[in-house]
Amino acid sequence: MNKKQQPIVNEKLASEFGLSTEEYAKVLTIMGRNPSLTELGIFSVMWSEHCSYKSSRAWLKTLPTKAPWVIHGPGENAGVVDIGQGFAAIFKMESHNHPSFIEPYQGAATGVGGILRDVFTMGARPIANLNALRFGSPDHSSTRHIVDGVVRGIGGYGNCVGVPTVGGEVNFHSSYNGNPLVNAMTVGVARKDKIFLSAAAGIGNPVIYVGSKTGRDGIHGATMASAEFDEDAASKRPTVQVGDPFVEKLLIEACLELMETDAIVAIQDMGAAGLTSSAVEMAGKGGVGIELDLDHVPQRESHMTAYEMMLSESQERMLMILRPDRTDVAKQIFEKWELDFAIIGHLTDTGHIVVRHNGKIEADIPLKPLADEAPLYHRPTAPSPAPAPIGDLKIEKSIEETLLQLLGCADLASRAWIWNQYDSTIGGQTVYRPGKADAALVQVDKTTIGLALTTDCTPRYCAANAKIGGAQAVVEAWRNITAVGAKPLAVTDNLNFGNPEKPEVMGQIADVIEGMKKACTILDFPVVSGNVSLYNETRDQEGKAVSVLPTPAIGGLGVIEDTSKAVGNSLIGGCELVIIGETKGHLGQTIWLREIMGQETGAPPSIDLQTEKANGDFVRNEILNGNILACHDVSDGGLLVAITEMVLASNIGCTLDVPESGMRPEAYWFGEDQARYVVVTSNKDKLLQNAKEKNIPARVIAYAGGDGLVFPSGSVITIARLREANNGFFTALMKG
Amino acid sequence: MKIGIVVFPGINRERDMVLAFERVTGHTPTIIWHRETHLPKVDLIVLPGGFSYGDYLRCGAMAAHSPIMQEISHFAKNGGYVLGVCNGFQILTEAGLLPGALLPNASLRFLSQDCYLRVERDDTPYTNGWKKGDVFLTPMAHGDGNYFADTKTLKMLEDDNRIVFRYASASGKVDPQDQTLNPNGSINAIAGIISENGRICGMMPHPEDLVDPLMGGDDGKPLFQGIMETLTQ
Repeated sequence: MNKKQQPIVNEKLASEFGLSTEEYAKVLTIMGRNPSLTELGIFSVMWSEHCSYKSSRAWLKTLPTKAPWVIHGPGENAGVVDIGQGFAAIFKMESHNHPSFIEPYQGAATGVGGILRDVFTMGARPIANLNALRFGSPDHSSTRHIVDGVVRGIGGYGNCVGVPTVGGEVNFHSSYNGNPLVNAMTVGVARKDKIFLSAAAGIGNPVIYVGSKTGRDGIHGATMASAEFDEDAASKRPTVQVGDPFVEKLLIEACLELMETDAIVAIQDMGAAGLTSSAVEMAGKGGVGIELDLDHVPQRESHMTAYEMMLSESQERMLMILRPDRTDVAKQIFEKWELDFAIIGHLTDTGHIVVRHNGKIEADIPLKPLADEAPLYHRPTAPSPAPAPIGDLKIEKSIEETLLQLLGCADLASRAWIWNQYDSTIGGQTVYRPGKADAALVQVDKTTIGLALTTDCTPRYCAANAKIGGAQAVVEAWRNITAVGAKPLAVTDNLNFGNPEKPEVMGQIADVIEGMKKACTILDFPVVSGNVSLYNETRDQEGKAVSVLPTPAIGGLGVIEDTSKAVGNSLIGGCELVIIGETKGHLGQTIWLREIMGQETGAPPSIDLQTEKANGDFVRNEILNGNILACHDVSDGGLLVAITEMVLASNIGCTLDVPESGMRPEAYWFGEDQARYVVVTSNKDKLLQNAKEKNIPARVIAYAGGDGLVFPSGSVITIARLREANNGFFTALMKG
Repeated sequence: MKIGIVVFPGINRERDMVLAFERVTGHTPTIIWHRETHLPKVDLIVLPGGFSYGDYLRCGAMAAHSPIMQEISHFAKNGGYVLGVCNGFQILTEAGLLPGALLPNASLRFLSQDCYLRVERDDTPYTNGWKKGDVFLTPMAHGDGNYFADTKTLKMLEDDNRIVFRYASASGKVDPQDQTLNPNGSINAIAGIISENGRICGMMPHPEDLVDPLMGGDDGKPLFQGIMETLTQ
């Protein structure tokens, strides 16, 4: 774009950039004149939904964020919690939904790259990646292509940077047909006393650019992530960034090496809205001004304008404020790693961001009003319609047939096809890989500390009742961490919803957050970081906007002091299986109801947070004192699916006891009552005694051993048959 | 026993390798940066796994032409011990220190899973911790591990007994045509080979990630025990 072609800045252009009439009027008031193109670009990305959280901020503020172990909550690049022995865990989850629809491989890959930078920018070596993925219906024409690209993208980036991908979750539902959800989470570890923040300080200190060169990729990515898709979404492919995991690996090593010195005053990655958001946020947080001379920005393409450089979302770049007497030390380190290093500006006392290019001032914006007067909306909410009541339930299938069908359905089928493409062992510290325990467990180098990590959400519960669904997502993460014996510490959340301008969607957001808030408060499981992704809807063939199911993905982190005490979910021959928690046979919104009866009906299972806490605390305690040798929480698919998953994880069969009476068999075996765990013990008398003393429901339900699942009727399904049913889904999907 | 681990830009399993030597042998290896022009005095050079130079050209091709490889070639030709694992194996073949090539996996997908290896020789520094015919479990994690050699080279490798590990079943059955047993499609199910003098070894899987029962097993330990026994004699 040369000068002659530069568009005229007016309300129409502002609207194309995503600013409303009122928002543009505010820009004019702040500036006291017509903004330049670069200035308009800066306002539009900083005030986009993606960067400003203008629709969700009022609600997010209500979430609990504090606990004695929380070092930094929301507001930094990632959340930081104390994990003991002088170490801190730094973690966050972030979405890359829209780019992953347009270009699945690069969309997912750069999602991983972005979240890694949020974590290592704070001084942590990344030790684990996880993800939460939602794809369209398996029979939709684009699903196979998107699944393939997203999985290859996550693997391609994560495997190359050398951070193990240890866990995640996947759902399929038609509401994601034109808008998959790709949420990536990174966990890192740093010394508690060596955490790096982003607030710039020291008037005159140099502003340093490191990493890859700037190109024209990703311009206005943040704005794109804040708008609905239309028919020509594919034409936005050029706004998707391209990742280079090799450079990211070098950047990690170079930054961590520099962090060993005392050179860094502040540091932040250039994520969404690139140079703009990093410069604005760092200076804004530090209450200083910042002046950038774009002539010094390393550029990949020629004749880039100030507008393009400020808005570019080229990947693998960081912005730092250094001590002026340490720039040489820093330069040497980045030269060693063969990365660009450039002084592109300095801090000022003006309180403005000033952008120069070719000797001209291209932007001059006061930072305080840019931040303080960012739009904040209290959008109207409306309740979602209640789900239809459960219809007729005539059953013709046996329990055995039902189980085999469920094991092969999209939401319960083995995910091995996916995780076998992710390097989960690199680092040599992975105690439990995907499928081996309810949460992944990674040991912290040179300690016995283990971090238990999980991502969870049950979108169909959220759609049926957003308050219950929001709470259940938190509870499920808490349970999965508990099930390995770890103490749940904190969560990062990735809230994915449709268009907040629709009252029903806004109602879902409000209710989900309300449910999360209750669960986080009672379970002492605060939210320390997160991300909101709105406008996740696409138009169907009739042109009607379809919202995704409300999907508040929760990334949970827990800690166990001694990893050798943790347990997995594999059966142990000769042991008893005991169910902890009460089985009431709740069938509303279950996988059984959807897959076998073809109904997405009824209320989701209710959540009793006090019971969750009591049952979970009991299980964790019994794991740590050695009375529980393996554990699996009961979730999607209910009790029989949970037991079968333990059989498959261990290759050891089991014999099922006669179910509790007074309930139809389907409700007993496939009901999704919450607050339940299947535990394995070789000391059942002691376990049952301890449960009785604490008033925790506990009952022997099966005996481990043999090479099949033996039903009370005497019929047997071999492990080979179970495995075959469980493994077929992805092979069939990819064959198309 | 002195071990040097060479790090090229993009190598990412050097920490795993250090950890494995520390866990099994108690020795801490020295890290050698690729720009160093002189090798320190070491008994064994290890080229660990990763994505040297991003593997944007053929895997290992860039690293094979970096200056330190000349030093390593010199070291090897004078009878030095060299072990290349995963990307390290690819680098050794690209540098001509071992024959053959590593092609993309037959499935054309990255494979991260456990596999069983059958030990074909127990008289090398890398395999003398096992007995011939032993089978052990090891993780594998690569996109290009499909070993290939032309007919003549393959015959030479087989005739000269230079294959040290083959992909197998838990009971030691080898079937190159069976994708579950030979996941990446390697010719003759070859997972690791050795040089004529028995001192340069390349293998694709990662025994270094399975040396601690806490991390799922210690089947990889004999590799490091064997190396220590040879080098401390």
